[in-house]
Amino acid sequence: MKALVPVKRVIDYNVKPRVKADGSGVDLANVKMSMNPFDEIAVEEAVRLKEAGQIDEIVVVSIGPAKAQETLRAALAMGADSALLIETEEAIEPLAVAKMLKAVSGEVEPGLIILGKQAIDDDSNQTGQMLAGLMNLPQGTFASKVELEGDHVRVTREVDGGLETVRLSTPAIITTDLRLNEPRYASLPNIMKAKKKPLEIKTPADYGVDIAPRLKTLNVSEPPVRQAGVKVADVDELIARLKAMGVA
Amino acid sequence: MKTLVYVAHDNVHLGDATLATVTAASKLGEVHLLVAGAGCGAVAEAASRIAGIGKVHVADDAACEHQLAENIAPLIAGLMTDHDAVLFPATTTGKNIAPRVAALLDVMQISDILSVEGERTFTRPIYAGNAIATVESSDAKLVITVRGTAFDKAEAEGGAAEIAAVASTDDAGKSSFVSAELAKSERPELTSAKIIVSGGRALKDSATFENIVMPLADKLGAGVGASRAAVDAGYVPNDYQVGQTGKIVAPEVYIAIGISGAIQHLAGMKDSKTIIAINKDEDAPIFQVADIGLVADLYQAVPELTAAL
Ligand SMILES: Cc1cc2nc3c(=O)[nH]c(=O)nc-3n(C[C@H](O)[C@H](O)[C@H](O)COP(=O)(O)OP(=O)(O)OC[C@H]3O[C@@H](n4cnc5c(N)ncnc54)[C@H](O)[C@@H]3O)c2cc1C
Ligand SMILES: Nc1ncnc2c1ncn2[C@@H]1O[C@H](COP(=O)(O)O)[C@@H](O)[C@H]1O
Repeated sequence: MKALVPVKRVIDYNVKPRVKADGSGVDLANVKMSMNPFDEIAVEEAVRLKEAGQIDEIVVVSIGPAKAQETLRAALAMGADSALLIETEEAIEPLAVAKMLKAVSGEVEPGLIILGKQAIDDDSNQTGQMLAGLMNLPQGTFASKVELEGDHVRVTREVDGGLETVRLSTPAIITTDLRLNEPRYASLPNIMKAKKKPLEIKTPADYGVDIAPRLKTLNVSEPPVRQAGVKVADVDELIARLKAMGVA
Repeated sequence: MKTLVYVAHDNVHLGDATLATVTAASKLGEVHLLVAGAGCGAVAEAASRIAGIGKVHVADDAACEHQLAENIAPLIAGLMTDHDAVLFPATTTGKNIAPRVAALLDVMQISDILSVEGERTFTRPIYAGNAIATVESSDAKLVITVRGTAFDKAEAEGGAAEIAAVASTDDAGKSSFVSAELAKSERPELTSAKIIVSGGRALKDSATFENIVMPLADKLGAGVGASRAAVDAGYVPNDYQVGQTGKIVAPEVYIAIGISGAIQHLAGMKDSKTIIAINKDEDAPIFQVADIGLVADLYQAVPELTAAL
């Protein structure tokens, strides 16, 4: 069984994004970019399934700028076998991403497609579910545990009230939550090896997918800034303030 | 515009998250509700009493019992021939189903809206809430998830809407529910609590978290939250997590104990009315958003505070 893992290049999670003064977006010039943290978890999960002998081959795919090759190389260094970049400088919405992933899946024929639950730039939390809808496949979203059992997969999901377990027929779509695993750091030899692994480059036009955005961003602004308040000297003063607020 | 709101429920109780979603929908037009479940008659009754709504559609069927997206999405896509917009509470259930509906309708979903600016224009947070985007949809139908803390709750009583049965689609046969491990707690639920006490990595282990954070929460009648670090380290279960990827909360009072204030944590709580932080590091970023800060060792300060209340 093959696994397909879509990975997105996004602003590094440690960087505090700055809104552009003209309200056109977030300033990404000279900002550190990395693989979306949830996608690292997705790659790690696929690699562990391969190490356990349950997956034969891992294909990673990214839709994004030429620089996303770095993101794909990082995934190859973690243990993926081959990579595909669908190159575009446009920002692509989840619906169009899902359509391209559907087309890629038609070629790769994966038994599992493992995505991140959300990209930390657009915070959409849509692509996996959309892909599942487009392909009419079952979905195990927000996974904290994935167990392959022959032609089925058991997925434990993080839900508002706690945990929920579902059983899906394969092929299936999984989206990762933070506690699924802790991604490895690629070793130097593996980083060197990754440079020789196949990385194919295509364009959205090769897949005939309409990437015209459906949402128009009219403006991007800073959220209201909270002002720091006061520091109290001790617990007594804190209690006095709580009392004044009617809390205690 | 005719809207459909997906009712949050567990087949027995109507989920609170529904009410804020009704408010958001009412800004677009007429509001209809959908209750999809099994043996969910009481939920439909409760839904019909929400003030200001037009009609409650009920799909009461075994295929809907666990609200599996594979079974619910086609049902909703079918109902969209008669509705212009569908709005889901941004709960894990809503987030699971909504994009699948959007894909079936070939529309781009608008996630986690904070406000309704016009018929097709909304604001939503991006980059962990470090920026707010105003977006306009060009799609024929709208599929939306609603951030509960951003809208007032509709009145739960006062309405007397008609309840109409709708046929569910068949079980898609691709997925099945196995089990759920749901936390049972006497404490207020995080997303509706008036006061929240949250603990971070500094709490060391689950016994310490229990001994330090819980007594304070009990004294205040507060809900209990946690940072991701505390959840990852196993001090408390995952449903306690507050933040970009956990729960979004906005209580009257949020008390952060031994939490540094990473942007991902702030994303989940910075709309709280009053933020109180207890941290031994006076430079901890949490103090930049705290209304009241106490620089102290939590192991002294928190028991002292609890005892004095
Ligand atoms: C993709 C992604 C998503 C994330 N989502 C979330 C999320 O939803 N929610 C979330 O919370 N985090 C999230 N994180 C993690 C986040 O980046 C931080 O790592 C996390 O919030 C830190 O938790 P903390 O404040 O408890 O721990 P730390 O940052 O380690 O802070 C501990 C604090 O305790 C203080 N302290 C220590 N001892 C004492 C003492 N005796 N008395 C008083 N104070 C003391 C220290 O001064 C310090 O400030 C996410 C990260 C990623 C990459
Ligand atoms: N441009 C992209 N290229 C590759 N994968 C993507 C892209 N956009 C989204 N994804 C995948 O979809 C997941 C959810 O993204 P989103 O729906 O945008 O929050 C991500 O974690 C990725 O796994």
